[in-house]
Amino acid sequence: MALFQSVFAMLYQFGDTFAFLVISCAGLAVIFGMMGVINLAHGEFIMCGAYVTASTARVGVPLPLAILIGALVAGAVGMIVERLVIRHLYHRPLDSIIATWGISLIATQGVLIVLGSTMQGVGTPLGSIDVGGRSYSLYRIVLMACALGLLGGLYLLFYHSRFGVIARATIQKPQMAHALGVNTGRMYGLTFGLGAALAGLAGGLYAPTMTMVPTMGATFIVESFVTVVVGGADIFVGAAPAAAILALIKAGLTAWYGQLFGQIGLLVTVILVIRILPGGLSGWLKGTSR
Amino acid sequence: MSVSESATLSRSRTRSLLARLEGPQTMGRGPGFWGGAALAVAAAAAYPLMADAWTVGNAAYFLIWTFMAMGLGVVWGYAGALSFGQTAFFGLAGYAYGVITLNLGAAYGLTLLALVLAVAIGGLFALVIGYFMFYGRIQGVFIGIVTLSVTLVLETFMAQTAGPQWRIGEARLNGFNGMSGMPPLTLPWIGGDIVLYPGPSLYYLLLGLVVVCYLGLRIMLNSPFGNVLVAIRENPHRVGMLGYDVRLYQTLAFAIGGAFAALSGALYTAWGQYITPSSMGLTSAALPIVWVAVGGRRDITATLIGTIVVLAGFQSLTIYGSQYALVVMGALLLLTVLVAPQGLIIGAMTLLGRIFKSRKS
Repeated sequence: MALFQSVFAMLYQFGDTFAFLVISCAGLAVIFGMMGVINLAHGEFIMCGAYVTASTARVGVPLPLAILIGALVAGAVGMIVERLVIRHLYHRPLDSIIATWGISLIATQGVLIVLGSTMQGVGTPLGSIDVGGRSYSLYRIVLMACALGLLGGLYLLFYHSRFGVIARATIQKPQMAHALGVNTGRMYGLTFGLGAALAGLAGGLYAPTMTMVPTMGATFIVESFVTVVVGGADIFVGAAPAAAILALIKAGLTAWYGQLFGQIGLLVTVILVIRILPGGLSGWLKGTSR
Repeated sequence: MSVSESATLSRSRTRSLLARLEGPQTMGRGPGFWGGAALAVAAAAAYPLMADAWTVGNAAYFLIWTFMAMGLGVVWGYAGALSFGQTAFFGLAGYAYGVITLNLGAAYGLTLLALVLAVAIGGLFALVIGYFMFYGRIQGVFIGIVTLSVTLVLETFMAQTAGPQWRIGEARLNGFNGMSGMPPLTLPWIGGDIVLYPGPSLYYLLLGLVVVCYLGLRIMLNSPFGNVLVAIRENPHRVGMLGYDVRLYQTLAFAIGGAFAALSGALYTAWGQYITPSSMGLTSAALPIVWVAVGGRRDITATLIGTIVVLAGFQSLTIYGSQYALVVMGALLLLTVLVAPQGLIIGAMTLLGRIFKSRKS
């Protein structure tokens, strides 16, 4: 029984980290993996989703619906940002980093000025379950299921839907897709909006577990960048195994040495992976399968 | 070799070095430009005569940051590698200066030794990080991500060093609150050390350092080394084909940029006599990018002028309300990227150059 307890505790810790990495990096992976735009405002889209979710949930909207609204609002904001700023910078990736950083600064500080330094959040729903004397939050287990569902849903969307085929065609050969009658500009806008909506979804899902502060995006951004970098350019081949490996490392280090070493372990992993596998996990996996 | 021969050789070497003050990689040439530059330095030197000590100490604060900006200009503008983590070397050197001076004390000009050591530590750290990145063939945007994570991890690490067990010799790291109480820079002098508190004396030292670093960087950028850096920015594959080791050049440029950031960090600690982990945080990391991007990254003169202008602008802005400073900063970044991607100062300088040229012809 004691063995089962500690195995369950490890699994829970691992699943929790895995879910966090997958959910927080999905939006970034779509925007970066598909469009090559490093979106430093990713954390602010997450913050936007979380704020909208929390405020709609407090009005009385049921939480799942509130999360959906949060994701949709973040997606809409993302499409507006794409139309106004990102659209002009597709051929200047370094400049798009700077521009998204500018957006991030404006958003964080703007929210701080308008809404104050903190906002009342929503409590974590669903309570907790007891396994061998220790209690585990049920909501976090739901989040793990959400992470798996998200991966499956994205796979279906990009590989088994008309939108996915057109989007991938646009990303791979924009001129060819354009010649075949695809409105590539609109596809870029939609893809960016999808990425922003996924970020908003991450914010909505984690809103009940966090304190609502304007800088909350920063807690996500390092982990999501780490996952995307380790995963490499192809998000579907790379991101999921990257999240699994990183979760294993982080959960292990956190359990044995504490939170800080979990964080530092992630960074060291990134530097090592980049040194050994420049193309990330997906580059390596594709290279060996060919 | 006779004495006179070696003297002429060294003289011609000096002359060829000085000739590199002007060249294809730096804007500004001829008596007009250098006259203007001399005038600017003279005005800067006369400034403490007209202002009170507090304002001069404040101006010294601006000068401290120019080193980090010029270093980033070399790494980003010239070598084409956007580093988000210059604050990592800044903070590391700041802490190093604090730890060394708190352990050694300030007598016998040991603070200057601490300054040199801190810069060396920062530069070495940049060399190691640069080795990992460039020899790992990390390119483009990934460099930004790696450097950003480095500075953020250093921040989280330093923020949790509260408690008596986190000490290096006499120096306690003090976690989130940071270290304080380090001695300012001192110059050993006959009849007692000169202590450089923020004020005219420190200002003159910094002004001299800025001039030396600026001229040194001009020489370096117009040397073969600088030409190769610019070539790498424009087309790394071609440079590799021509037989240059691209990775080595990029790593060296990154180490130089890191050392300049470290110089800023150590001087900052000496100026304010404190250093906190937030100096390596996200907001601090954004600042050098803003200065360099807004001023213009592809020219060291524009970087220098732009940094001072933006810093002065923000300080006058914070008088009206510090909370809006960050919003304005973000908007400025956005505007620069969308309207004047070269940078505002470079845009203005090319415009001036064109006006002068058309008047001549």
